[in-house]
Amino acid sequence: MKLALGPVLYYWDKDTLLKFYDDIAETPVEIVYLGETVCSRRHTLRTDDWFDLAERLAQAGKEVVLSTQALLESESDLKTLRKLAANGRFMVEANDMGAVRLLAGAAPFALGPHINIYNPRTLHYLAALGARRWVAPLEMSHQSLQAMQRQRPKGMETEVFAYGRMPLAFSARCFTARHHNLPKDDCQFRCLDYPDGLTLRTREGRPFLALNGIQTQSAGVYNLIYELADMRGLGVNVARISPQAHHTGKIIRLFRDCLEGELAPQAAADQMVRLMPGHACDGFWHGRPGLEQVGQGRP
Amino acid sequence: MLPDATMELVCPAGNLPSLKAAVDNGADCVYIGFRDATNARNFPGLNFDEATAREGLRYAHAHETKVLLALNTYPQAENWQRWQSAVDQAAALGVDAVILADVGLMEYASKTYPELRLHLSVQGSATNYEAINFFHERFGIQRAVLPRVLALAQVEQVVNNTPVEIELFGFGGLCVMVEGRCALSSYVTGESPNTCGVCSPAKAVRWQQTPQGLESRLNGVLLDRYEDGENAGYPTLCKGRFEVNGETYYAIEEPASLNAMECLPEMLRIGIKAIKIEGRQRSPAYVAQVTQAWRQAIDACQRAPHDFKVAAAWSEQLSKVAEGRQHTLGAYHRPWK
Repeated sequence: MKLALGPVLYYWDKDTLLKFYDDIAETPVEIVYLGETVCSRRHTLRTDDWFDLAERLAQAGKEVVLSTQALLESESDLKTLRKLAANGRFMVEANDMGAVRLLAGAAPFALGPHINIYNPRTLHYLAALGARRWVAPLEMSHQSLQAMQRQRPKGMETEVFAYGRMPLAFSARCFTARHHNLPKDDCQFRCLDYPDGLTLRTREGRPFLALNGIQTQSAGVYNLIYELADMRGLGVNVARISPQAHHTGKIIRLFRDCLEGELAPQAAADQMVRLMPGHACDGFWHGRPGLEQVGQGRP
Repeated sequence: MLPDATMELVCPAGNLPSLKAAVDNGADCVYIGFRDATNARNFPGLNFDEATAREGLRYAHAHETKVLLALNTYPQAENWQRWQSAVDQAAALGVDAVILADVGLMEYASKTYPELRLHLSVQGSATNYEAINFFHERFGIQRAVLPRVLALAQVEQVVNNTPVEIELFGFGGLCVMVEGRCALSSYVTGESPNTCGVCSPAKAVRWQQTPQGLESRLNGVLLDRYEDGENAGYPTLCKGRFEVNGETYYAIEEPASLNAMECLPEMLRIGIKAIKIEGRQRSPAYVAQVTQAWRQAIDACQRAPHDFKVAAAWSEQLSKVAEGRQHTLGAYHRPWK
């Protein structure tokens, strides 16, 4: 099973992003997804900067995939999408059916976690259009994935979001700007202040969600470190780690060590406690509410 | 104005009495669902079995009203057959269109019943014309319902770049998230609109009076706490009060509902083909009141769009059934974002 680094879901300044990817080049991930998937106002890296970065990571031996924005609203969003779809060099991860339209029959592509693929017939249809890899929906359970795997199209790789705060929803509204009483069009890029998202708590202080601009994430960190053997058994090809502001390299290495049998999942999970921006959860994998921790290591 | 520039009023029907209320009060179309997880209002006691659907169709067609059937959740490997049978059932019943979201189901419907009219559900999450044209080219959809995320100028851009008819939400409960891409409900309860046809399902809701006030919880998660005299609405999880950086407020959305009636002339001008009223879970009285007000408003707007004003009587009628909650133009009005 390969390890992939998902796209950075937060807004970091340019130096931080470039430094982050310099470090990533040295980590044992095989696949790196790049690009702005959340908000078109974020622009520390322009599309051409992402292309340059992609080239550098490819030279460092990574398989680079360019991820498209999930919620497309404006003509300029579509313009960026067209540029990515026609790049001719790197595979593209479609995160909207608009991207699928542009990629169908034109180039092999990946289906990101924001394309709704819940059944084999849908996956087969998209495979025939050129999809080569799909990321299961976040809420898909082990059991449903097993049924998908039994009827998986030939040559289709399966990827599972295995680590990170989960991108659960998108809105036209920017919740970070709302928190600061700013209009979205004049948000003053406040997302820069929240490199792991802005934690939202219930009125009794329980961390619940994380606001990330127009995206709403789980406050809990999805962590399938206990499930790697299970994933392997299901024939999952790729485990995705979602970037966080600190310790991403360490998380990647812990996953790698577990995959290679050099570290027990429990030992890795123990080390991760200090590295995660929130509590662990894995309910979706077990067919339970996503915020629950079901696997070993229940607190 | 072009002679074909007519706008349909599409009204919700969670049961036969609501369907009749919609038809009697001037709906051009009613939309219904079967009594299971194949549609996004899979609530106990709601929706149609084969016999009531047949009766509803008979009644609606006798009054020249169309019936649209929502099959707008996502079938999974283990339950695919039920969704496929629902398409078969819809075709056999002779509904005027099915409202679908899933690619696989759409492929099945378009292959098996080439004459069956297909609408892309709001749950299909198509917010741009590239996505809508994908469904048109591949499956021949004739109408798309847009998620409640676009400003009207963006809607116009969509309309101008697709042959597909565009339907917009005009009134009712408001999703602040892009429909079809929200897993918040399953994060808390294990059940989502995509998979189970429910958001914040009633069976996971608990109300409890405490010394701090009346509390609403969803699967144990505190969504809100109300002081005496505060209006406590249904605890939809994105409409609770939460704490961010020490400040407690409606961090995601107020418990407001959508009312875009004042946008009707603009919607007509940009070529919107249908206005959808939310609320299959609401009562026949709600359906009657809302249908009547919107029928009058659409007729008035089509007669004289430049002179259109929202009549006080319509607003009053809508406020009555909206249970005194706030109204918003939502994303249609850019500052809302």
